[in-house]
Amino acid sequence: MTAVRAITSNPVLRRILSSLGTLLGVAIFVFVMLRAIPGNQITAGLGTEAAALTPAQRAALEAYYGLDKPLVVQFFGWLGNVLTGNLGYSSRAQESVLELTSQSLPVTLELAVFSIVLALLIGIPLGMLSASKPDSPRDAFGQTVGLLGLSIPAFLLATALLAILSSTLRFNPNGEAYAYLTDNLLLNLQQMLLPSLVLGFGIAAPIMRTTRTAVLEVRGNDFIRTARAKGVGPRRLQFRHVLGNALVPIVTMTGLQFGYLLGGAVVVEQIFSLPGIGRQVLLGIQQKEYAVVQSTVLLIALAFVIVNLLTDLLYRVIDPRVRAE
Amino acid sequence: MIAGSHARRGFTAVAGLVMASALVVSGCSSTTNPAQSAPASTGGTLVVGVTSDPDTLFPWKATQFQAVNILQTIYGTLTEFDKDLNVVPGLAESWDTSTDGLTVTLHLRKGVTFDDGSAFDSADVKSSLDKIKDEKTAAVAAASLASVKSVDATDANTVTLHLTTPDAGLLANLATVNMAMLSSDDTEAGLNTTPNGTGAFKFSDRKASQSMTIVRNDAYWGAKTKLDKVEFRVIPDESSIVSAMQSGNVQFAVFDDPLVAQTAEAASLNVAKTPQLSYHVLQLNARKAPLTDVNVRLAMQCAIDRQQVLDTAAAGEGQVTGPITSPAFRSDPASRPCPTRDLTKAAEYLAKAGKPDGVTVKAIVSQGEYSTSVNEAQNLKAQLADAKITLDLDVLESGAYVDKWIAADFEAAVALNGGRPDPDGAYSRYFTSTGNLNKVAGYSSPELDQLFAQGRQTSDLAKRKEIYTQISNNLEDNAVWIWMFTSYTYTATTSKVSGFTPMANSSLQYLRETSIS
Repeated sequence: MTAVRAITSNPVLRRILSSLGTLLGVAIFVFVMLRAIPGNQITAGLGTEAAALTPAQRAALEAYYGLDKPLVVQFFGWLGNVLTGNLGYSSRAQESVLELTSQSLPVTLELAVFSIVLALLIGIPLGMLSASKPDSPRDAFGQTVGLLGLSIPAFLLATALLAILSSTLRFNPNGEAYAYLTDNLLLNLQQMLLPSLVLGFGIAAPIMRTTRTAVLEVRGNDFIRTARAKGVGPRRLQFRHVLGNALVPIVTMTGLQFGYLLGGAVVVEQIFSLPGIGRQVLLGIQQKEYAVVQSTVLLIALAFVIVNLLTDLLYRVIDPRVRAE
Repeated sequence: MIAGSHARRGFTAVAGLVMASALVVSGCSSTTNPAQSAPASTGGTLVVGVTSDPDTLFPWKATQFQAVNILQTIYGTLTEFDKDLNVVPGLAESWDTSTDGLTVTLHLRKGVTFDDGSAFDSADVKSSLDKIKDEKTAAVAAASLASVKSVDATDANTVTLHLTTPDAGLLANLATVNMAMLSSDDTEAGLNTTPNGTGAFKFSDRKASQSMTIVRNDAYWGAKTKLDKVEFRVIPDESSIVSAMQSGNVQFAVFDDPLVAQTAEAASLNVAKTPQLSYHVLQLNARKAPLTDVNVRLAMQCAIDRQQVLDTAAAGEGQVTGPITSPAFRSDPASRPCPTRDLTKAAEYLAKAGKPDGVTVKAIVSQGEYSTSVNEAQNLKAQLADAKITLDLDVLESGAYVDKWIAADFEAAVALNGGRPDPDGAYSRYFTSTGNLNKVAGYSSPELDQLFAQGRQTSDLAKRKEIYTQISNNLEDNAVWIWMFTSYTYTATTSKVSGFTPMANSSLQYLRETSIS
């Protein structure tokens, strides 16, 4: 009992335990969902041609794909393998899920970092501009850009951008075979440019809105008036006092968006032919490669949990009030 | 279902529209079209844009569009098709059929080697055919060898096939990549990573879900390829492929969505239309009420204007068709009880069926399997409603659709089915009582069984044509299914590419004659 109490009263341990619970929940949920979807690896591979299989042929294929085992055996067999570091094998790619992910995760990570940086570079200044004089033309401008970012679907912006640049400037780095960061840095950066812009523009909108709201709220506080009365310069006031205190909601929003990006931006990855983790999951689902989807989604969930944890830690760095608690 | 259309889905239609408008905005550079007649040269790399890479490299199990077409460039088959889908020699240089039709002797080409350097001989043929027939292999073409009792390697270059019954469709069946000749030393696991064929190209490199590269096979028995190398580059979105062709990164692609083909044309790419063997059809399950009654089925046939379905669902891009789509045996689309829409006749048939107030038929429709499915279904529903026939649409995600289709768990199904060059290969599996797809076809009759048997036993082309015309008429007279139209594939190339011949079975075999300047 005391041991249990010791664990539940320790915030860090509690946090880790609840994270593990979340991951187990995700594992079970994905496992069940995948099997609830009609079709299996046989019909996904053969399509309607699977109707022509004789019972003996079907049995041979079920044994080949491991579909002849009971569900419980399938689940614990997979989970046991994952715990020992074997994430499964993709017969489509003829590679292990670990190999696949070691190639796709860096692509997604790079895209996510660039997109978030661009989003922050667009969103925060725009939000501050809007908040600097509410209901003015400059606020309307900021709000309009934000609205555009929210309402233009990524696939539309992506396809239009690609079509226009390809036809007018013959500029289409994404038409080349994908270059990994370590293979060809220059081409890699070019290939990341358009997708990061598209994603960054979309994410800039919620960041801009959060910034605007947070800045307006902080500006109304007494300590800002006090600072101003003490003669703090407008620039220092804006950045050190207002923005500094408005950072917590902005960081929360950024962390959330970054977490989503790690799940793979499937649509943008498809249009710009980026072999990221989103496409890995999509192909896994299309091909009904259960182990690929289960393990990849588990890794994505793990990444999400870690980003959340880091975001929480970041609060302590940027806000002394959280540290004091 | 057309093999592999499941690899093409998504938002291409919308994206295509977006792209078309973007082209207009950008002023649509159609000013120059350089090197219209580039001299055929040797060498170079052709980049082919594909929406997916092969989902398997094992030819006996490949049904996906990309897998079939890419593997066909690497592997050799005993017979082949020429550009008009006539059977021509492949790895078998010639063949003799005994007078009773029960023995087929294949004379193999000499001096052929596999990519790993080993020699191709009769032992490889025997081992391949035996393994394809073995149910444990789960080869998709096993049923095509149903008439083959045994295979003998008579000598190193001669193989004798002993048949249980004469089989006029056999030689055409041997021409598909699902019947690829594999070295007797190779295993499925090995070939899944390292293909080893006798084709015009050989496997070079694959990056899963990114690209696959093949290079010229200098040991190929036929004319050597002009291209040094072909890279199949995965660009999942068809509109993005068009963009990549405009920027010159990709020089060749095959599309099946007319909208994307239009964007490609607007982008001043060369686009060649090829009528396909695959056909759009409303499959009826005559084993489920109310479709058990031939009069109900005929009423549906009379209520449907095929051209209207084609015009509304596929922008008129295609041809109205009867059952048989292979060029040499093509059905006359007008040869049916209702060659054109006739609502009076439809009402008469319904009255004959004792249902003057109409019937309700449930139809399954796949969403996303191919671009026109839902539009076809909606037009069919509207047309049938005029004849008091209610078509209840059950629009399903493609996995769910395939499950129901396989189980024949439907009254009607809006489908796009793959055709085959030989009408026996195309339809005996559906409409003979022992066919492996007869459950899905939902119909068989002693007359059809007999006609198909005759068709198999007749080798004379003119007589075969007559028999398959009878089969076609029988299918239409009984309104077994309602055949609607065939569509096109669109081969888009940049001005640098020449020498490619598209085929009705969408084979890419003529990449071996293609060159790039």
